[in-house]
Amino acid sequence: MKITFDWLKDHLKTNLKEKNLLEQLTNVGLEVEGVQNLSSDKELFKVAKIIKTIKHPNADRLKVCDVDVGEKEFKKVVCGAVNAIEGLITVYAPPGSIIPKNKTKLVVAKIRGVTSYGMLCSESELNLSDESDGIIELPSRYKKIIGKSYFSKSKSNLIDLSVTPNRPDCLGIRGIARDLAASGFGKLIDFKKKKIKSNNRQSLKVKIKKEKNQACSIFGSCLITDVNNTESPQWLKDKLISIGQKPISAIVDITNYVMFDLNRPLHAYDADKIEKGIIVRNSKSGEKFTALDNKDYKLENGMCVISDHKGVLGLGGIIGGTRSGTELDTKNILLESAYFKPGSIRTTAKKLNLDTDAKFRFERGIDPLSIEDGLNKAARLIKEICGGNISKFDIQKIETHKTKIVKFDINLVEKIAGFKISTKEIFKILENLGFKFKKKKNFFELTVPSWRPDITQEIDIVEELVRISGYDKIRIIDPIKERKKSTLNKSQKLFHFLQRSIASKGYLEAITWSFTDSSYNDYFRDNKKEIKIVNPISTELGVLRSSIFSNLIIYMNKNLDRGFKDLSIYEIGPIFNGSKPGEQNTVVCGLSSGKKSRLSWIEKERNVDVFDVKKDVVQTLIEAGYKSEEFFIDDRTPNYYHPGKSGRLFLKKGADSVAAYFGEIHPSIIKEIDMKTESLVGFEIFLDELKLSEKTLNDQKSNFNVSDYQKSERDFAFIVNKDVNAQDLTNAIVGVDHNLIKNIKVFDVYEGGNIPENQKSIAISITIQSTEKTLNDNDLEKINKLIIETVENKTGAKIRS
Amino acid sequence: MSDLKKIKDELLLKLKSKLNLSEVNQMKSDLFGKNGLVSSQFKKIGTIAETERKKFASELNVIKDELQDLINLKIKEIENEEIKEKLQKEKIDITLPERPFARGKIHPVSQTIDEISSIFSEIGFSVEEGPDVESEHNNFTALNTPENHPARDMHDTFYLDEKKKRLLRTHTSPVQIRTMLKDKPPFKIIAPGRTYRSDSDQTHAPMFHQVEGLHIDKDINMGHLKGCLNYFIKEFFELDKIKMRFRPSHFPFTEPSAEVDIGYEMKDGKIVIGEGDKWLEILGCGMVHPNVLRNVKVDPIKFQGYAFGMGIDRLAMLKYGINDLRAFFDCDYRWLNHFGFDPLDVPTNYRGLSR
Repeated sequence: MKITFDWLKDHLKTNLKEKNLLEQLTNVGLEVEGVQNLSSDKELFKVAKIIKTIKHPNADRLKVCDVDVGEKEFKKVVCGAVNAIEGLITVYAPPGSIIPKNKTKLVVAKIRGVTSYGMLCSESELNLSDESDGIIELPSRYKKIIGKSYFSKSKSNLIDLSVTPNRPDCLGIRGIARDLAASGFGKLIDFKKKKIKSNNRQSLKVKIKKEKNQACSIFGSCLITDVNNTESPQWLKDKLISIGQKPISAIVDITNYVMFDLNRPLHAYDADKIEKGIIVRNSKSGEKFTALDNKDYKLENGMCVISDHKGVLGLGGIIGGTRSGTELDTKNILLESAYFKPGSIRTTAKKLNLDTDAKFRFERGIDPLSIEDGLNKAARLIKEICGGNISKFDIQKIETHKTKIVKFDINLVEKIAGFKISTKEIFKILENLGFKFKKKKNFFELTVPSWRPDITQEIDIVEELVRISGYDKIRIIDPIKERKKSTLNKSQKLFHFLQRSIASKGYLEAITWSFTDSSYNDYFRDNKKEIKIVNPISTELGVLRSSIFSNLIIYMNKNLDRGFKDLSIYEIGPIFNGSKPGEQNTVVCGLSSGKKSRLSWIEKERNVDVFDVKKDVVQTLIEAGYKSEEFFIDDRTPNYYHPGKSGRLFLKKGADSVAAYFGEIHPSIIKEIDMKTESLVGFEIFLDELKLSEKTLNDQKSNFNVSDYQKSERDFAFIVNKDVNAQDLTNAIVGVDHNLIKNIKVFDVYEGGNIPENQKSIAISITIQSTEKTLNDNDLEKINKLIIETVENKTGAKIRS
Repeated sequence: MSDLKKIKDELLLKLKSKLNLSEVNQMKSDLFGKNGLVSSQFKKIGTIAETERKKFASELNVIKDELQDLINLKIKEIENEEIKEKLQKEKIDITLPERPFARGKIHPVSQTIDEISSIFSEIGFSVEEGPDVESEHNNFTALNTPENHPARDMHDTFYLDEKKKRLLRTHTSPVQIRTMLKDKPPFKIIAPGRTYRSDSDQTHAPMFHQVEGLHIDKDINMGHLKGCLNYFIKEFFELDKIKMRFRPSHFPFTEPSAEVDIGYEMKDGKIVIGEGDKWLEILGCGMVHPNVLRNVKVDPIKFQGYAFGMGIDRLAMLKYGINDLRAFFDCDYRWLNHFGFDPLDVPTNYRGLSR
């Protein structure tokens, strides 16, 4: 909402300064988004006429125009607008002026070799509208003021307010003045309500059709005959220009003026173009009309239209049509002041993708009792400026406005706000805001002003009182430093732990979008469902990610393009399995590229490999409190991993859910996305699959058992078939004697040489120690024998002699 | 006795020359070996007249000790010399680089979440979470934002179905609904997390982070809200003095509602938070609307309290002087390295939020 202090003063008597105003607007909840000084900058923009145009010698789309700017000599201006033709009256910006839209200062410049002295402006460049197709086209009457400033010399700054959607009343200057007055910033000037006396009947029949979901409940109108539509008088033009509006013609300007002044949208029809009478009804599917924005709209069923016997004239409360629009030669007008239901306006406008000042107001809720005030003020002005005769007002209604009553206990103010407002002050504020009140036993009965659709219950009254009193009155109550419940639960602690644990292993944490490119997602989707976003910001971000790898790999590639080679990045966050709330899992996903120890003088350079990521996964899980001796690993992994160089990890043998995957990324993916790296390995740890330990850390710590008896380390080498895993051997060994076998370490794998083909040798070092005694040779011999026997039986291995 | 004197003099003379360890050992055995010079003197003791014998023996012992000390000293000297020489040979260029290591970092948003959690933990808030995909009901309707209300225009929403029933949450406020439906009051929670809105330009990202706060009890009023945020802002920016302003605003799920600004000034083109005369909006808050409480079956006559929501990315930008929001999610290795935090820098109450 754009306002000026000058306009506010039509409704508000105050001696305070603009600086105080800006502060007070913010204090009552009308946030000042910007203040623009229009006068000084804008005086430079002049009404001008294009006298002659020739094609630019060096550019097909440019023209060189001779422009009359009211000086002796014409200005040469280079212009690219299609509508820059000879005879057009438009707005000229001289060198030195600042273009409001982009805040650039114009200079005399050569454009493709031709010197241009200034510029011809579009409405959008002057912040008058979004119209940027071509330069401004001014009506011929501007001929008289060529060379004069296009903008009037307004001294008042343009103040841009952000009005929250609950306050339609503040979409009119008077509503803002009322709030300011209630807060003590001046006095609201009384509204003169002189009734128009007329003996003329409103002879155009208006009917609101009583049908289901009729959005129009009141339709007020009057006829004004024999008008002479003209250019608006300077005061009116100045007023509209001062808030960034473009004057059009007196009748249109007056309806706009009343809308901005009283938040009362009106519409003026050329009465002679209305066939027989007005019917307010729901549209039928397929009906068409051309709106005042010069676009054709095809309507669906049930949109509220103002029609005559020929068809649709306009969309009620949203936009009028060209067929019945007023022109300069319009003689008789029908002035409409109606009430449309917010929800219906919004639905229709959304479907047709239409946004107008009227729609913006009606969808928030217009004062249903302002119908006659609006007609009154506008009709009076029209008569004043355009002459004519005003008819009696015709008010059609299918519903009567119900006054809202709210019960209000004044104690609630202190209970919610934490500070007291005196009863006297409370009623002063409410009265100034337009409430009426009646005292009952323990409470007051408040009558809500008709312009406040947002107020329906007690809490709304409290808000009004706190807001107008000032939020600075709320006192600070310092918080108590007391904790009754632990801050994080177990799974949050695990999240936190894993996040920092992975980072401590040399990975940089990344945060990427939860959505991704579907083609990348497909590489890592496995057999999961694709979840599309209906309205993505771009096709590259069209689906929810099924794995974090898709985004990590995209960004990894970008970093490789930046010239980095050995990168480790990870992300902890959601992946999505379905489109229902909760169908998501938390994953820690890491990716490493390139080499370890590249160009090191001391360490041997090598590619990162699957055992690097295996280490990161296993170490992290151990650090998080899981027992590595129980881990079970096999090689069944999703298809985005290298089938021979990847694994999946279960916390326990026989567990249902996979705790982690790790391995090389499938070479064909690396090839398809054209990634240039020596090696690419990654892992995924699934947080939701990690069982949270029942035991607390102190439970685990309190159990400290170590043995001081001598331990013995024995090495074994087994010959096994190639398809036997090291894990098969170690699992077999663990089972031999849990009490005596303290540690198992695979320290060599060997193939070839004297080992038969299809077989390999696995060397294992086993630590044996008792908690009860020092084992003698006999004991050791027994356990050794048992180990060999068990391994041989369970895995088909043969001890290597 | 002259024999002994002679032996000693000869030894002293020999020890003066440069010797290695084996030469000295040879000398040692020449003197003290089975037939060594000194040993043979001891053999003489029996042959010496009884009157002379005692004196001879004692003199011999003295000189033996003397000679032994001299030789041992020499051995030590040579050994020291040899170690010195060995160390000299082993000397390396210590300026050569250490073995390679990789350093990981925590993203500034994660760090900021931990800072925020730590601050609120101190005053009794616990952390709650909710899913990224939400129902239209939890994201809007239950939060007193009815369908077809202009307030919905404030949130450009990503939808997952044509009927617009499932969406990516536009704020963390649905966690309020989930928390209150799950438990009984009082509630005192914060809920940090990812949020989504379908706009994207220099200052907006389609995904960003918010933290929600909710405190519901029997007598929680706007004074508590102001106190809580005042405490948070000072702790977060690690400043004793910081100007804060509450200004009326509107959110459908709180009433009265406020936006909170903090004071700042520009110094050398940088924002300095604290005492300046400019205002910067950092969060929205208010008293939870009775309709919201009714929607989750909490009696608004008995219980009341406040809620707030703030942008985590923005807080991180202000605190750590990061200019570009989009860079948070761009994953540039250099950026992550520069703005990231060491994983051991865990923000806690006792060691402080930052170094």
